[in-house]
Amino acid sequence: MSIPSRHFDALIIGAGGAGLNAALQLASADVRVAVVSKVFPTRSHTVAAQGGVNAALANVLPDNWHWHMFDTVKGSDYLGDQDAIEFMCREAIPTVYELEHAGVPFSRLDNGKIYQRAFGGQSQDFGGDQAARTCAAADRTGHAILHTLYQQNIRARTHFFDEFFALDLVRDKDGVIAGALVLEIETGEPLLIEAKATLLATGGCGQVFRTTSNAHINTGDGCAMALRAGIPLMDMEFYQFHPTGIAGKGMLITEGVRGEGGFLVNKDGERFMERYAPRAKDLASRDVVSRSIVTEVKEGRGAGENGDYILLKLDHLGAEVIDKRLPGIRESSRIFAGADPIREPIPVFPTAHYAMGGIPTDRFGRVVVPVGSGSEQVVAGLYAAGECACASVHGANRLGGNSLLDILVFGRLAGKDIIDFVRENPYQRSVDPASLEEAMSRLTRWDQKGGGVPAHQLRAEFRKCMEDHAGVFRTEEVMAEGYQRLCELRDQFKDARLTDHSKVFNTARIEALELQNLIDVGLSIAVSALHRKESRGAHSRPDYPNRDDVHWMKHSLYYREADRMDYKPVRTKPLTVESFPPKERVY
Amino acid sequence: MKISVYRYNPDTDQKPRMQDYEVRPFQGMMLRDALLEIKKQDESFAFRHSCGEGVCGSDGVNANGKNCLACVTPITELSQPIVVRPFPGRPVIRDLVVDMTQFYEHYRAVKPYLVRTDPLPEQEILQSPEDRDKLDGLYECILCGCCSTACPSFWWNPEKFHGPAALLQAWRFLADTRDQATEERLDALEGPYKLFRCHTIMNCVEVCPKGLNPTRAIGLIKDLMLEKGF
Repeated sequence: MSIPSRHFDALIIGAGGAGLNAALQLASADVRVAVVSKVFPTRSHTVAAQGGVNAALANVLPDNWHWHMFDTVKGSDYLGDQDAIEFMCREAIPTVYELEHAGVPFSRLDNGKIYQRAFGGQSQDFGGDQAARTCAAADRTGHAILHTLYQQNIRARTHFFDEFFALDLVRDKDGVIAGALVLEIETGEPLLIEAKATLLATGGCGQVFRTTSNAHINTGDGCAMALRAGIPLMDMEFYQFHPTGIAGKGMLITEGVRGEGGFLVNKDGERFMERYAPRAKDLASRDVVSRSIVTEVKEGRGAGENGDYILLKLDHLGAEVIDKRLPGIRESSRIFAGADPIREPIPVFPTAHYAMGGIPTDRFGRVVVPVGSGSEQVVAGLYAAGECACASVHGANRLGGNSLLDILVFGRLAGKDIIDFVRENPYQRSVDPASLEEAMSRLTRWDQKGGGVPAHQLRAEFRKCMEDHAGVFRTEEVMAEGYQRLCELRDQFKDARLTDHSKVFNTARIEALELQNLIDVGLSIAVSALHRKESRGAHSRPDYPNRDDVHWMKHSLYYREADRMDYKPVRTKPLTVESFPPKERVY
Repeated sequence: MKISVYRYNPDTDQKPRMQDYEVRPFQGMMLRDALLEIKKQDESFAFRHSCGEGVCGSDGVNANGKNCLACVTPITELSQPIVVRPFPGRPVIRDLVVDMTQFYEHYRAVKPYLVRTDPLPEQEILQSPEDRDKLDGLYECILCGCCSTACPSFWWNPEKFHGPAALLQAWRFLADTRDQATEERLDALEGPYKLFRCHTIMNCVEVCPKGLNPTRAIGLIKDLMLEKGF
C-alpha cells in the first residue's frame, strides 16, 4: 500500500472558529501548519452562530469577569470546572479585543465601543439584575467572526486542505499520535498528513438528532476519531436543546431575540415563562426555557393546528430595532416559517443544538485521559478545542454567548501551547504501518458490494431513534428501549453497503463515513444519559427529578469499548478566587 | 413534480447528460429539499450543501437558467419542469459540483483582511455607528459564488477580472474606517482588467441570495480612485 504523505509541524482538523484561531497563532509564529476541512473554511458551522460572544467589557452595563464566571458556574449546574471557567471569563476580554483588531465588524454603540446585548443567564453582582455581556455583530456574529479569522489566515499564509475528509488518527509504534489519514474528496484518494501535534477542532454532532439547528456537516467526526483511538468522551449526556428553533424545521432563532425584548407566549397569549422563572422570565437559562416550552405543549397549551409549538413574539420591538439588530432572523423567519416577525410571531420549538460534552482537555487544549485511580495524563501531541472538546466550561448546561467564546479562547490557547510543544519536540514520529492500515480500512470497507442495508436509510433511522429516546425529558424506560434499538442499528451498520463505488466527489461515501461517526457519538450520548440517575442542567429525568450532588457531582467518561462508563471529579477550585459552592439553581 | 438535473461523473460518463426525477413536493419545500429527495432515490447524485439556512454558501446552483442558493429557494418560485445545472462557466467536477478554485483565488488576491499600521489600542478601535453602517451590505457576503459565475465579464476573463464577489470584499475593506491600506488597495486594482472589466450588466445584483449589490460597490471603488487622483 503506497499512500502519498505530507509533513507539517501541526495538523488542525476542522476550520471553524477554534481551528482557525489556533491556525492563526501557529502561522503567525512561523510554525508550519496544515488545516484540513471537509468543506471550504467559511462553510464551517461557526458561520451560523447568531447572537454573539460573551465578554465582560462593561460597555453597556456594569460588569466584570468574576460575575461572568459566577453566571457560567451557575449555568453549568455546578458541573463545570471552575479553574477552566475562571480562565475563560478572564481571557474573554482580551480575546474579543483581539478579534475586533483583526477586523470583526461588531455593531457599535454611540460612543464607538462594541455593542453588547442581554442574553440568558446573565447577571450583575452574582445573581442580581440582568447584565448585557454579549458582543454582537447584528445577528450574524458567527459569520462575521469566521470570515475574519479565515481572512487573517490568508494574510498569515496558513496551508489549507479544503474539502479533505479526516478518516482517522494514526500512531507511531509507541502509540503516540503522529497525524491523520485524510481523503481528498475531489479525487477520492487518501493522503497521509504527518504532524508533530494534531488538534481536533471538528465542531458539533447535532446530526445525531433528526431535528437540529446543526448543519449537515456536524457529524461529530473528531469525537468519533478520539473514541476509536481509545480516548473517552466526557459528559456526553449533557446535550443542549435550544428553546427556539423554527417549529418542525429546527433552524435557529437566536436568544438575542429575547435579549432585545422578545418573549414567548402559549396559545392563550399567556407569557408563560413568568410562571417557570419569575425573575429572569424569558432570559432564564436555556435548559429551563426548553423544558418550559415542552411542558406547555404537553399540557395542551401549544399553538397551531396541532398544538405542537409556542410563539415567539417580537413585533412590539418595532421594524427599526428588528432591521438593525435582528435582520438575519427576520429573513430566516420569512423564508422558513412564512412569518414576518415585524407583524406576526414566529412558531418555535426546542431544537437539538449543542454538545456540552466532548473530548476531555485541560485549559490549554491538551487532551487528558485518566490513569490509575484519580489522576490524569496528557496525551502527548493531541489537542482538542471547540465544541468537540470539553474543557469543561459548560458543565451540564451552556449559557448563550459562551460557545463562540469557548472556541476562540481555547482555540487560541491550544495554538499557543502547540507552538511550545513543537519547539520541544522537533522531530517527526514515523507512522506505524499497522495503524495506517487500520485507518485505511475505514475507507476500503465501503468498496464491498452486494446486499445489506443502505447507509442513508440507517442514518435516518438512527437519528429518529436518538430524537425519540434521548430528547428533552428522559426516563429509564424510554432510554433503555432506545439504547437497545441503537445497539441493533450499530450491528446493522456492519452490513451497510453503498451502491456507488466511484471515486470522484462521492458524497454518498462521505456520508457513509460520517454515519459511522454518528453511531459512535450517538451511543456515547445514550449510554452516558442512561447511567446518570439525577436531573442536572440539560439532562432532565422525570424519574430522578432532583440534582444529586452527593452521588453525581462528577464528570462522566464514556469508552467505546464495551460501552464502558467511568467518572472523574469536578474541579471546584478556581485559579485565584474563592470557589462557588453548589446552590439551588433558580432564575 | 418533475426535476431535470445535470449529471456527469468523470469515473463513468463519457459526457454530461440531463436526468429526470419525480419528486413529491410538500408545503415549504426548498430546492435543496428536492435535491436531497433525488439523492435519496439515487445516491450517485452529487451536490454540495450544509447549513440549510442560507449562511454557509455551499449550495449555489443554476435553476431554470438563474443562479441561486438551493436552500433558500422555494420550489413554488420555480416554474416546472425545474431544470437544475451547475454554475455556468466553471469546470464541472461531478454533477452539480464545480471547481471554484479561481473564484477563491480572486478573493485572496484583493487582500480581504483588515490592515492596521498604527499601534493597537488596549481596548477596541473606536468606530461610530454611522461608520459601522458603511459595512452593511458588504460584510454579509457568504462567498457562495452566485454573482461571479453569473457575470459575463467573469466568463470572458476569469483569469484577469476579479469578479463581483471579490470586488465587493475589496470595497468592504476600503469602506472600513479602521483600515489603513487604502492607497495599496487602490493601486492593486489599477489596470484594464481587475476592476474595470465590470460593465455594469448587474447580473450579480439580480442573483445575490443575500440581497447585496456588488455593482454599487464597484462604482464606489471607481469613485474613490477618481477622488484620490488615480
